[in-house]
Amino acid sequence: MTGTTAQAPPTPPAGAPAVRPPLGRGTELVLLVPAVLLAVCGYCAAGLGRTGAVPPGVAAYGAGLGALALLAHIAVRLRAPYADPVLLPIAVLLNGIGLVLIYRLDLETPGDRAAPAQLVWSALGVALFTVVVLALRDHRILQRYAYLCMAAALVLMIVPIFFPAVNGARIWIRFGGFSIQPGEFAKILLALFFASYLAANRHALAYTGRRMWRLQLPTGRVLGPIVTVWLLSVIVLVLERDLGTSLLFFGLFVVLLYVATGRTGWIAVGLALAAAGATAVGRLEPHVHTRVQDWLHPFASIDAGQGPNQLAQSLFAFAAGGLLGTGLGLGDSILIGFAAKSDFILATAGEELGLAGLSALFLLYALLVERGFRTGLALRDPFGRLLAVGLASIVALQSFVIAGGVTGLIPLTGMAMPFLAQGGSSVVTNWIIVALLIRLSDSARRHPPEDDPTATDGGTVR
Amino acid sequence: MSRCVRHTAALCLLLLVALLVNAARVQIVEAGTLDDNPANRRSAIARYAEPRGDILVDDRPVTGSKDTGEQLRYERVYRDGPLYAPVTGFSSQLYGTSFLENAEDSVLAGTDPMLAPLPLWHELTRSRSPGGRIATTLDGSAQRAAYDGLAGRKGAVAALEPGTGRVLALVSTPSYDPGRLSGNGPAVESAWRRLNGSPDQPMLNRAIRQTYPPGSTFKVVTAAAALETGTVRDLDDPTDSPDPYRLPGSTSSLTNEVDGCEDASLRYAFTWSCNTVLAKLGTRVGLAGMTGTAEDFGFNDRGLRVPSPVAASNFDRRMDKAQLALSSVGQFDTRATPLQMAMVAAAVAGGGTVRTPYLVDRATTHDGSPVRTPGSRVLHQAMNARTAAQLRELMTEVVENGTGGKAAIPGATVGGKTGTAQHGVGNTGTPYAWFISWAHADGSPEPAVAVAVVVEDASAVRGEISGGGDAAPIARAVMGAVLDGAERKRDR
Repeated sequence: MTGTTAQAPPTPPAGAPAVRPPLGRGTELVLLVPAVLLAVCGYCAAGLGRTGAVPPGVAAYGAGLGALALLAHIAVRLRAPYADPVLLPIAVLLNGIGLVLIYRLDLETPGDRAAPAQLVWSALGVALFTVVVLALRDHRILQRYAYLCMAAALVLMIVPIFFPAVNGARIWIRFGGFSIQPGEFAKILLALFFASYLAANRHALAYTGRRMWRLQLPTGRVLGPIVTVWLLSVIVLVLERDLGTSLLFFGLFVVLLYVATGRTGWIAVGLALAAAGATAVGRLEPHVHTRVQDWLHPFASIDAGQGPNQLAQSLFAFAAGGLLGTGLGLGDSILIGFAAKSDFILATAGEELGLAGLSALFLLYALLVERGFRTGLALRDPFGRLLAVGLASIVALQSFVIAGGVTGLIPLTGMAMPFLAQGGSSVVTNWIIVALLIRLSDSARRHPPEDDPTATDGGTVR
Repeated sequence: MSRCVRHTAALCLLLLVALLVNAARVQIVEAGTLDDNPANRRSAIARYAEPRGDILVDDRPVTGSKDTGEQLRYERVYRDGPLYAPVTGFSSQLYGTSFLENAEDSVLAGTDPMLAPLPLWHELTRSRSPGGRIATTLDGSAQRAAYDGLAGRKGAVAALEPGTGRVLALVSTPSYDPGRLSGNGPAVESAWRRLNGSPDQPMLNRAIRQTYPPGSTFKVVTAAAALETGTVRDLDDPTDSPDPYRLPGSTSSLTNEVDGCEDASLRYAFTWSCNTVLAKLGTRVGLAGMTGTAEDFGFNDRGLRVPSPVAASNFDRRMDKAQLALSSVGQFDTRATPLQMAMVAAAVAGGGTVRTPYLVDRATTHDGSPVRTPGSRVLHQAMNARTAAQLRELMTEVVENGTGGKAAIPGATVGGKTGTAQHGVGNTGTPYAWFISWAHADGSPEPAVAVAVVVEDASAVRGEISGGGDAAPIARAVMGAVLDGAERKRDR
């Protein structure tokens, strides 16, 4: 208990029996079993649907996923016994379904075996998850490394500029047959920096500076550094044409600023800036302009005689799924083309599992996000609170941006559906996010808040 | 801070609701439109994902499927493609389907709800059943005899079973191999261009989709009308007709190829094909009587299907007397498909009843349980049994004593009628040689077969071209094949 806002653990009133909150590790284990089993069944179903035979690797796959789940569970049991029991099973289930869908799409493209690689990356992700859970005893330690995180994030984002572009975006670095997407890791680092900086400066942000109309403008000294960092990262991402991630950073920044200061005005400013930025980028950047045009007229390329584009193919796939889906392995979402396993993997889910399966997936993400927010509410230190909200928002925004993109709700930006999509950096990053949430929820549930949570905030933010 | 966290959480909930609503919009509301988008390959992929059901002749498949391993997986192959092309049509991944492949597509492709054991559930799940089979009514040996008889000349043969209307043979030559159109590669495209550009029109189904002036074979209809209306009461009465016959209200005259037609009896005129006598009879029957009889035989019927649509045969409803006279001998605007003329022969053989011709004996699931058995249907009663018997007598005499001698078959009663149809501007084209006939095996209760043959480019010198010379031998071969088959069946 070294943090500045730490208080003594609540002591039960004298005379009353000490109520020990349920740890939930048993629940977690019980939930992990169906998560793994569901993924294994999906693996069998995909093989049966596609080739009429149970895939030969099903035992190894099931054992691998089971072992990863067990390893993560043991780590949680050892070092985060109070952690939220729902987080880990959701992550395992989503990762398992992702592996099934990638395996299923592998069957269509002989020679391209993405599922085994994804399993290796998942193993690495779970290993890092274990390291984080075991090594990080208290999340508040991370607050000390805020500026280091910021520097690392900027370096990670700038590095890919020196590597060749792939499909129009400079977001990968490649060496020795490996390719990683450093921007993915930068998400966590930037969330750490934002949370830390805003936690330290939130009162200054909220109560100093000039008042303009209904908005309290903070002084440049306080707001300057964080806006600079944020602007830098967004500019870099625009240069790299990683528009999804820049949108994500923008949203993350606005959300954390709002939560830290409690000023609704920031939302308004954020929305206004977002609208202005989107218009400007949409006008000036041909890449984005195309995306917006595709979104507005998804079938224009068909009318032009060039055949359906990826978005049109994705919509066809969702439509083919209907309410109940075609069944795993029985759809034709491979028609979408090269990004079927990454950006458009949700279309395969929509086609083969139907609206029912897709809704279930959305609800899994929603549950993950909800648990993040709940953790944030339960934590009493502003840094932990902001970090939990930030991590939950990353998952929420990223899921929304990509799911909304492939279903034609918003313009498409290349992003990875958390845990589901093919992509090593993404899987590893998401496992680290879950590890941090586990760590945060362990703290939150170890010391449950008192009846009036505003007391810990000083009762002043209204 | 808590309030703001809750607000943010609420915003995320809003985003989730937006995603769910939008997914429902795409997957439920707009699904139909998206499914039907012509650029969506899913229906084509699903269609060719399973082997197509087979078309059977004599209970043996004349089609098959080839697994290409491509996105559109199964391609149609045809055994004896050119022989059966007028029946099967083609099933092409690029150009769709035709004839039976088209008319019975839902059964062959497995989309027919009747193929599913639980049709209602099938409707709900939109699942496909394995492709069903279509057993045709064809007699393979008759089909082969007709095809070999035409020997690549332009022409067509249609053969029916008079008692039922079953189509026993349907041949059109020159033909083509529908298997060349099955796939979707450049070879298919060039084959399609070549077949469509060919002056021989190999893809034209001359047996049911092409009409010809029927020439003297139409005299069967005229004679039926004359007998039915009482214009002629005795086959041997003189008919009070001149030779040549000046067409009423015109200066042109109709002549005959043979002598002895002046004031000839219907028997003589029919046996030797006197134009003057039958033309005069037609005018005496009158327009109403002639159109009524022609339509009872199936002329002017635009709705006939076997189940592929049959081109309507034509007998004008408005004509002056000269035109009616010409029409009564199968000229002027009178046009008939070979199938129509086979129906005329079948009606005579079958006691006056015109039955709807049909090609599909039964549709079954892939393992043989019946889905549908169309069966025999009466189309019209063209004439009473007595008239039919008189016409049989006339047609028998054509074969025994007259122009149709080359159609005679030992051990069977054969009736026939020859025809030589003029066409082209000023009748300059090579005339069409026609022969329609039926055969009734001695000792058999029913006539076995009625057949119509047309040969377009009978390669004989003008004047020698005749239905009797060119078309009758082909008809004889077809009838012989059917009679042999019936005999073999009886022996077994």
